[in-house]
Amino acid sequence: MAVRELTYVKAYTEALHQLMGADDDVFVVGEDVAGYGGVFHMYDGLLAAYGERRMIDTPISETAIVGLGVGAAARGLRPVVDIMFMDFLAVCLDQLVNQAAKMKFMFGGEVRVPMVLTVAAGAGLSAGAQHSQSLEAWLAHTPGLKVAMPSSAHDVKGLMVTAVRDDNPVVMMLNKKLLGAKGAVPEELYEVPFGQAAVLREGTDVTVVALGRMVVEATAAAGTLAAEGISVEVVDPRTVQPLDTATIAESARRTHRVVVVHEAVTFGGLGAEIAAQVTDAAFDHLDAPVLRVGAPFAPVPFSPALENAYLPDRTRIAEACRQITKRS
Amino acid sequence: MEPVGAVATRTDRAPSVEGLDAASLLDLHRRMVRIRVFETEAGRLMESGDLPGFLHLYVGQEAVAAGALATLTDADQITSTHRGHGHAVAKGAGFRKMFAELFGRVDGYCHGRGGSMHINDLSIGMLGANGIVGAGLPIAVGAAFAARYRGDGSIAMTFFGDGASNIGAFHEAANMAAVLQLPVVFVCENNGYAEFTAQARHMRLDDVADRAAAYGMPSEVCDGMDAVAVRQACRRAVDRARAGEGPSLVEAKTYRYYDHQGVKGLRKPYRTQEEIDAWKARDAIELLEARAAADGVVDAAEFARVWEETRADAVDAIAFARASPLPDPATLTRDVYTD
Repeated sequence: MAVRELTYVKAYTEALHQLMGADDDVFVVGEDVAGYGGVFHMYDGLLAAYGERRMIDTPISETAIVGLGVGAAARGLRPVVDIMFMDFLAVCLDQLVNQAAKMKFMFGGEVRVPMVLTVAAGAGLSAGAQHSQSLEAWLAHTPGLKVAMPSSAHDVKGLMVTAVRDDNPVVMMLNKKLLGAKGAVPEELYEVPFGQAAVLREGTDVTVVALGRMVVEATAAAGTLAAEGISVEVVDPRTVQPLDTATIAESARRTHRVVVVHEAVTFGGLGAEIAAQVTDAAFDHLDAPVLRVGAPFAPVPFSPALENAYLPDRTRIAEACRQITKRS
Repeated sequence: MEPVGAVATRTDRAPSVEGLDAASLLDLHRRMVRIRVFETEAGRLMESGDLPGFLHLYVGQEAVAAGALATLTDADQITSTHRGHGHAVAKGAGFRKMFAELFGRVDGYCHGRGGSMHINDLSIGMLGANGIVGAGLPIAVGAAFAARYRGDGSIAMTFFGDGASNIGAFHEAANMAAVLQLPVVFVCENNGYAEFTAQARHMRLDDVADRAAAYGMPSEVCDGMDAVAVRQACRRAVDRARAGEGPSLVEAKTYRYYDHQGVKGLRKPYRTQEEIDAWKARDAIELLEARAAADGVVDAAEFARVWEETRADAVDAIAFARASPLPDPATLTRDVYTD
């Protein structure tokens, strides 16, 4: 396969371009996705390539946008629904949580809802409390939904291909601060399977399980810690629903210490779930309690001075790793 | 007679059987009788403690589902409401699987996973009742989108109440359908009450239909106790949708005989007996039978046979439902995802 460097956002656009070329049932609907190409340029060029039949600009009506996706998916199409900022899910959560997620089960298994809902998530751009959240815990808590959190250009494309081909509702969380990050991306269509974590760096002293952009920070922290003689294994779950507990627990059995990192608030976050699952699966192998690194229990602040203090970063991750390796 | 109470109407109530043949009238009659019998039996089973959960009965509103759904084919898609049995029955759902679902049995439409508020039958275009007020409207818009995307000539129809016309999903769905000019018909079943709150206390308009103008959508009001009038109004809307002329709203003024939930009110009354009696005096089934008989279009014996067959169908279906096994708890997490 030919491999080039692409940005995270271009990898998303390329995936969609190729998927639309391969399957007429795939269409895109959302605010400013067609004429404007998406506020983050996620859809640049797709209107020219596929026309107004398949690139649908809508009013600012998130409930109707997601509902259109649910109805179209239940009728066999494969909608890609764009909700500009993840925070806006709060205004249309009924269609996602009470309709899309539950429809198959409560209908007795007789329907499929192959819808992808793409959101821009994450903090670090001084976008304030209503344009910065990372709400994966809300969604992963809902039976019927799948949730992907790509941390690289490679995984954006591969996870998007899997998402569009999946017969269930999938939320693709694109991290806003990673949109320009470049990485190696194969030209061809390829799938990154759901529920399969990637061990991005092997280590022996501590396992860092990181979500989304925190994978980048964890990898940087691992480099710093290597110079200090602490060997860090970095595990990227890539999807949090389904969650690859087996790979995480297997790593924990080897390193005996686990740190979980996400930019969502620590309380009730995925870190709590991962800590519980690691404890269940590998308690006898752990030399220390699982540590969580997340945001404090506050809305995302605006001022860079506050936001920098709010967001977990490589410094805080490294500190947690030093702490957990000292304890035992 | 003119009904009293919360609901005003500007509908011409002149007899409207003219121009309809016996087969069409019997079709409307059969749909209404099937709803009435199903719901009456369901209500009895609720009263006797045989059914778990909630039951929102459709009795009184039969003319709306019958008239509206007589204009569709199995390829056309509908979304329904928490009061959805009437739409399912009139779209062609079978009593056996419906009763089995109310009993929570494996042979029910949802295999006991959904219950009264989630009955669906994809084979006849019944995209589901819905436990969330207003939530079916955007989904119907999506079904209409899919129909036009594929160019298959089908349309979508969505049912909602006067109460749902106050929720954002209605307004977003109406505007979206109008902007995209999608083939969907919005059918408002105005029964005068949002649960226990009278229309005059939940909106400042007499007609929900007036709201359609805000979205550049044609609308009309019809007598929701007259199945023929509903059928005619919906036919015009369906024809517009099929012709690519976009969405329409039809408001049918109607009334539910039973309570919001269950058969009779357990708490303080919120409707007068006088109001209930006035609406019952214009009962949709009696109205159609009387007019057709007076016009000599349909023999009374034909109507009697429909009642008889339908009651027998219900007896059979209830026996079937009672005999159906309970779901196995070991299957509990099945069908959360499509593999």
